[in-house]
Amino acid sequence: MSAREEILGRLRAATTEVTTPVGHRGPAPVIGVPSPGAGETLELFAENVADYRASVTRCRPEEVGTVVAGLLDRAGARSVVVPDGLEASWVAAAREAGVELVPDSGADGALLTAAELDAVSAVVTAARVGIATTGTVVLDHEPDQGRRALTLVPDQHVCVVRADQVVHDVPDAVALLEPRRPLTWISGPSATSDIELDRVEGVHGPRTLDVVIVG
Amino acid sequence: MTLQTTSPIFLGMPSFQKAAKDALRNTQQRRNLAHATSTIRAKRAAVVGEVDRWEELRVAGADAKDEVLHHLPHYLEQLEANLVANGATVHWARDADEANRIVLDLVRATGSDEVVKVKSMATQEIELNERLEEAGIHAWETDLAELIVQLGHDRPSHILVPAIHRNRAEIREIFRREMGGVGRPAPDDLTDEPARLAEAARAHLREKFLRARVAISGANFAIADTGTLVVVESEGNGRMCLTLPETLISVVGVEKVLPTFADLGTFLQLLPRSSTGERMNPYTSMWTGVREGDGPQDVHVVLLDNGRSHVLADDLGRQALRCIRCSACLNVCPVYERAGGHAYGSVYPGPIGAVLNPQLRGTGSDVDKSLPYASSLCGACFEACPVRIDIPSLLVHLRTQVVDEASGRSPEALSMKAAAWMFADHRRLEAAQRGATLGSRLLGDRTVRSLPGLGAWTQARDVPSPPPETFRQWWARTHGYDVEEAP
Repeated sequence: MSAREEILGRLRAATTEVTTPVGHRGPAPVIGVPSPGAGETLELFAENVADYRASVTRCRPEEVGTVVAGLLDRAGARSVVVPDGLEASWVAAAREAGVELVPDSGADGALLTAAELDAVSAVVTAARVGIATTGTVVLDHEPDQGRRALTLVPDQHVCVVRADQVVHDVPDAVALLEPRRPLTWISGPSATSDIELDRVEGVHGPRTLDVVIVG
Repeated sequence: MTLQTTSPIFLGMPSFQKAAKDALRNTQQRRNLAHATSTIRAKRAAVVGEVDRWEELRVAGADAKDEVLHHLPHYLEQLEANLVANGATVHWARDADEANRIVLDLVRATGSDEVVKVKSMATQEIELNERLEEAGIHAWETDLAELIVQLGHDRPSHILVPAIHRNRAEIREIFRREMGGVGRPAPDDLTDEPARLAEAARAHLREKFLRARVAISGANFAIADTGTLVVVESEGNGRMCLTLPETLISVVGVEKVLPTFADLGTFLQLLPRSSTGERMNPYTSMWTGVREGDGPQDVHVVLLDNGRSHVLADDLGRQALRCIRCSACLNVCPVYERAGGHAYGSVYPGPIGAVLNPQLRGTGSDVDKSLPYASSLCGACFEACPVRIDIPSLLVHLRTQVVDEASGRSPEALSMKAAAWMFADHRRLEAAQRGATLGSRLLGDRTVRSLPGLGAWTQARDVPSPPPETFRQWWARTHGYDVEEAP
């Protein structure tokens, strides 16, 4: 008998006394806090993002380029990787200020290697959804965010979130996401609590996370 | 039903009570544990207190897990179909040996002689690292705490923070002594500042991440209706392993399944708040099979039984399979806080380990026989558990099993039989009590530390010396007649 058949057989034999049908409990219950209003949700999002030592900047749509250039400059970034679908105006000011723009796909269509990415200072991306109660941004790695490695290997991540992308609680975000896309949930910069359970920011992922809220 | 072969217990592991006695003498470890568990208890209490509907979330979590456990074959087949449809290869492993063989063959097929690993309880349970090393394949643990344990040639002592028994000064020494032997050495001026230690780990592991071709992970959740695997972490080492290599092998216990993607709305609230005491952990990765042009293109999932079907067969005991490995029960347990994790003789320590290990492995060994007694039954673990596992009731259930399995000839079973005979007739009871008070005059006020033949029970408890006079004797003396003759 194959391992598969044997394991399934054991599991069936272990539950012969169960009388309820599959799906007995009904659909997954949605347990979350409803938004008290768009303004309050946005305030809470900004507060909780900042609470985990990410920087938060709020600006109008036409100011994104200037804000991004300022954040890159503050962290001393010399080069920035740009996802193929990123809004070009977001990094135009940074290029003018002398930051080297590194496209993920080269002229020959080849993607950057991990080692090439490791030599880049920063990455700028959009986001899919923001969650207020937890201060989380979720990437679904559409072309304006790029593949997963882009937001992982460089040491600074500037993430631009539109105000209308911010939902109030975790179940609202789960309902919006497409499970067949790779998804990365980010809450503050890389951190560890492994030494005496004290939280330390900055291990393997980007040590600087800058969140820009637009609108 | 015979027990399946599960992983061996830590070699020569004595009973919990014996090991705990030694651990209690380690004052450094007790200080480290008391500091760490009180820190995390306060953080957890604060973020759980923020959620008004916490109890509803706990009930929903338990319900989702019970739905899966009651119909596990159905949900596993659904998970498998969705994984395969999205380009992953699914393997099934009856026990630790089979899982290790599958992984080893997959790694060998890539030609790589090393793998990077995301912290995974399942691969610790099957002792995968040891099997890989025997076959000449280096397994690099990349979680900071696992790195500390691995470099220190040590055993994990906590589910979430396996190096909880080490303080910063000890970690600095381990890094300085060991890092150079397996890769980039720690800097000469390394201090014991946690930020500097984390930086040293970052630099040491970065070269391994960048060159790695194979990664091995577990999964916190496996979603049946989509085929999505979920890894919840903090440092980014998980993202490195799940994203950069060409081949990804995930070893997943069959009980890790959730029915639907929507269930994550519940579990991503329950797990981080219960585990690290954060509103949300820094990074959560979700992937569904293979994504062209993004991440590993060769994706394998090994579904592991290794005793879980045995646990499932006990309709009370099966609730232990709801466990999402948050470790909240460890942090609130007065016994764990003092004895530490090593005394439990398994990668699953603390209250959940005290029920899970004897269920997964049976109660044949000294340590597994003793684990159901590694508790004062105070109930704090049940209160803290995000999926409402009634650990105290399970411990009592397992104690019954341990006594029953001693086939009526154990000192405890024999003495219970003798007690039943004695209590059945008041004249026998009075005779026994006269014997005890006589003993009291011999003992005086001395505390009885242990009774011969009743080791497991009395090793952990002092027996008060019998009183010089029983209630019956006092009544007869002061009232002038026996209680049996009361008017």
